[in-house]
Amino acid sequence: MADLLRVENLSKRFGGIVATDNIAMAIPEGELHAVIGPNGAGKTTLIAQLSGQLVPDSGQIHFADSDITAVPMYARSLLGLARSFQITSLFLGLSVLDNAALAVQARTGHSFHFWRNARHEPELRDPARAALARVGLNARAALPAAALSHGEHRLLELAMALASQPRMLLLDEPMAGLGPEESARMVSMLRDLKKELTILLVEHDMEAVFALADRITVLVYGRVIASGNPEEIRRNAQVRDAYLGEQEAVHGG
Amino acid sequence: MTLFIEQCLNGLQFGLLLFLLAAGLTLVFGIMDLVNLAHGSLYMLGAYFAATFAAWTDSFVLGVVLALGATLLVGMAVEIIAMRRLYGRDHLDHVLATFGLILFFDELVRLVWGPSGMSLSLPSWLNTSVRILPGIDYSAYKLSIIIVSLAVAVFLYFLVMRTRIGMLIRAGASNREMVGALGVNIKLLFTIVFGLGAALAGLAGLMQAPILTVQIGMGENILILAFVITVIGGIGSIRGAFVAAILVGLIDTLGRAYFTDLLRLTFTKETAATAAPALSSMLIYLLMAIVLVIKPEGLFSASGK
Amino acid sequence: MSGWLSTRNVATAVLLLALVLLPVYVELTGSRFLLTLFTRIVILALAAVSLNLILGYGGMMSFGHAAYLGIGGYAVGMLAFEGVYSGFVQWPAALAVSALFALLIGALSLRTRGVYFIMITLAFAQMAYYIVAGLARYGGDDGLTIQKRSEFFAPLNLSNKVQFYYVCLTLLFASIYLVWRIVNSRFGMVIQGSRSNDTRMRAIGFPTYRYKLTCFVIAGTLCGLAGALLANHTDFVSPAMMYWTRSGDLIIMVVLGGMGSIFGPLFGAIALLILEEALSGITEYWQIILGPLLLLVVLFGRGGIDGLLGKVRHG
Repeated sequence: MADLLRVENLSKRFGGIVATDNIAMAIPEGELHAVIGPNGAGKTTLIAQLSGQLVPDSGQIHFADSDITAVPMYARSLLGLARSFQITSLFLGLSVLDNAALAVQARTGHSFHFWRNARHEPELRDPARAALARVGLNARAALPAAALSHGEHRLLELAMALASQPRMLLLDEPMAGLGPEESARMVSMLRDLKKELTILLVEHDMEAVFALADRITVLVYGRVIASGNPEEIRRNAQVRDAYLGEQEAVHGG
Repeated sequence: MTLFIEQCLNGLQFGLLLFLLAAGLTLVFGIMDLVNLAHGSLYMLGAYFAATFAAWTDSFVLGVVLALGATLLVGMAVEIIAMRRLYGRDHLDHVLATFGLILFFDELVRLVWGPSGMSLSLPSWLNTSVRILPGIDYSAYKLSIIIVSLAVAVFLYFLVMRTRIGMLIRAGASNREMVGALGVNIKLLFTIVFGLGAALAGLAGLMQAPILTVQIGMGENILILAFVITVIGGIGSIRGAFVAAILVGLIDTLGRAYFTDLLRLTFTKETAATAAPALSSMLIYLLMAIVLVIKPEGLFSASGK
Repeated sequence: MSGWLSTRNVATAVLLLALVLLPVYVELTGSRFLLTLFTRIVILALAAVSLNLILGYGGMMSFGHAAYLGIGGYAVGMLAFEGVYSGFVQWPAALAVSALFALLIGALSLRTRGVYFIMITLAFAQMAYYIVAGLARYGGDDGLTIQKRSEFFAPLNLSNKVQFYYVCLTLLFASIYLVWRIVNSRFGMVIQGSRSNDTRMRAIGFPTYRYKLTCFVIAGTLCGLAGALLANHTDFVSPAMMYWTRSGDLIIMVVLGGMGSIFGPLFGAIALLILEEALSGITEYWQIILGPLLLLVVLFGRGGIDGLLGKVRHG
């Protein structure tokens, strides 16, 4: 299967700190690839570079065979690469449905239309409702986004990423701050999505990671220290020392 | 040539005055994230206080010292009464609230001192010229402005870079919550910083009083320049404010001095005389526009010195 | 649908009706001053409506909006000075020049954000002020008197105060309607989204700069129209029209009336100007009261007048 996303020598420094250090990755279409690592390992910086929010100091990013390293953020979404945010980043002043509809609108050509009421356009509202239904938020569609619970915000994050009908999703800690029930819901949703999309998943929740991932990359201090299928990673001594051991200690063994 | 050197010194002097004003503005914004439009009002009060106290005590120096103290007190009072409630709010709220303060102070001054402004005359020992270079005499007072301003700049450098308070200021600029969590009395720190900014504004106001103006609305006129300087230099950076202020001072002064002559090369005397002031005041905004195009965050952006 | 007869809607309808019937009231009571005052209110409300588009809906805190009042006004004034009195030339010129300035200023200013943006728009407006004040031919600091009001086809005569009032009112209503349509369109969604979370907008695929710039130009042009009206109203233009404190007045109107609401700017304009009239009747130093009053509104009066009316329904 062809690689949908290919990353070579990706590096980024902030002053004296090397956030990502020569990262290389190749993700074939249809795979759910997890990226794990301790805090400060550079995971969010990696996603920021992949989505175009940060410009790498060196390296290349290839998506669907074209070099997107220099492509600005707004254009990457149009190419089919969508991202969700670790810290909820929604349009809190607008309704839930408006949020999803904006994600749809972004993909339907230019928006220099000044007259027709956008909230009455089925071309925008229908796919938006569909995306909300996908994550189970259709009952809350008319509420202002600010009125949702944290768990629902994470779901809306996902819905917006889906509403743009991407080929690949970059998910930055979608389970952040979710309780056990909500996490389980999210995991089963992601399992469904796996069947139609390629996913890069950054997560701390190890249960979810090992339940969902086809392959896992481990980052420590901005470097890839291991990459392989879940079994290989679980058995990798380096990874255990650097990260999983720490995780077990935290969870009480 | 002598005229050129004199104009350069004028530009430097003007630039340093602007630096004092801009330093206070950028400090307050950098540390407390507070946009203070009423900064110009403190500048105005410094001038009015100086003129009043000098007249009362019949001593220029005493008047100046008292004015500085008074402005500092007013600044701290404003911080405690009004500014405290603005921290953490939208910048638009800051703009509106401090705009309200400008209206208030302008009218207050009009009420207390009347509408026609005041004057502050120099004592005889300052009202002379000093021979700084063979053949070049420069106003002793303007020279003293340069010296005092430079001294303040050096003082600020040491304060921010070498003292504990300075360290807190720099830390606060990058992470307010952390500094609070460390057990530092943030409220007191903010009041001190705001007071410092007020004192700087007041100092600038009273220093220019004998040579420029003491009138209502003087704060608004110069505030724009201070803003432009903070944008060019980068908000929160005192070093940036210094460089930008000198640059702006020189460009503005030299521009006004020589633009007319420059224009006269191609246009008539009348056209040059009328167009020159308008165009030379544009130079600064042109500079700002260029900086914005090349580096939107300013020359020395973010929490630095 | 409780929505239709809400306090806010009823109050608004009554207000609009009152504005339409004002000249009748003036005829009956002979208080011509009221007509002059409300013509001014209507014109400034138009300016506030244009500011609300970029500030209330777009989140762009422009502190230089009064510049377009001056630019539009001076376009009319300068043309009148040169003997061109036709409104068909003056008003399009006012719109065109305002649009051009908004394009230039917006293109540069929108490269910045937050407080930088506030300061930059402020500085550019002052620049325009100094340019205009330096034009000796057109009165400089003292301003320029306009001999005749803009001429259109008979029977339209702008020197007739009642006719002029209705022209201004019609343009105000048209602008409010225009802004309403823009704000709810796809374009409006982008602008509102951008106000809420600009980074997210870009992340999902919107090149927000070009939309904000377009919005900025629309607002500037609309304000230029207000400027042309203002010039006719006062038969006079001066640089003071565009001094940055006037921009502050406009912002106050928008915030006082309720940001991001359709009729908010109108409420705000009425409130501010009537407040000024009332306060100046009490004391010469009325700004001493207005200043702290503004401070209090900012600290405690979220949502402005529009918000207050909305609360009455629920409260």
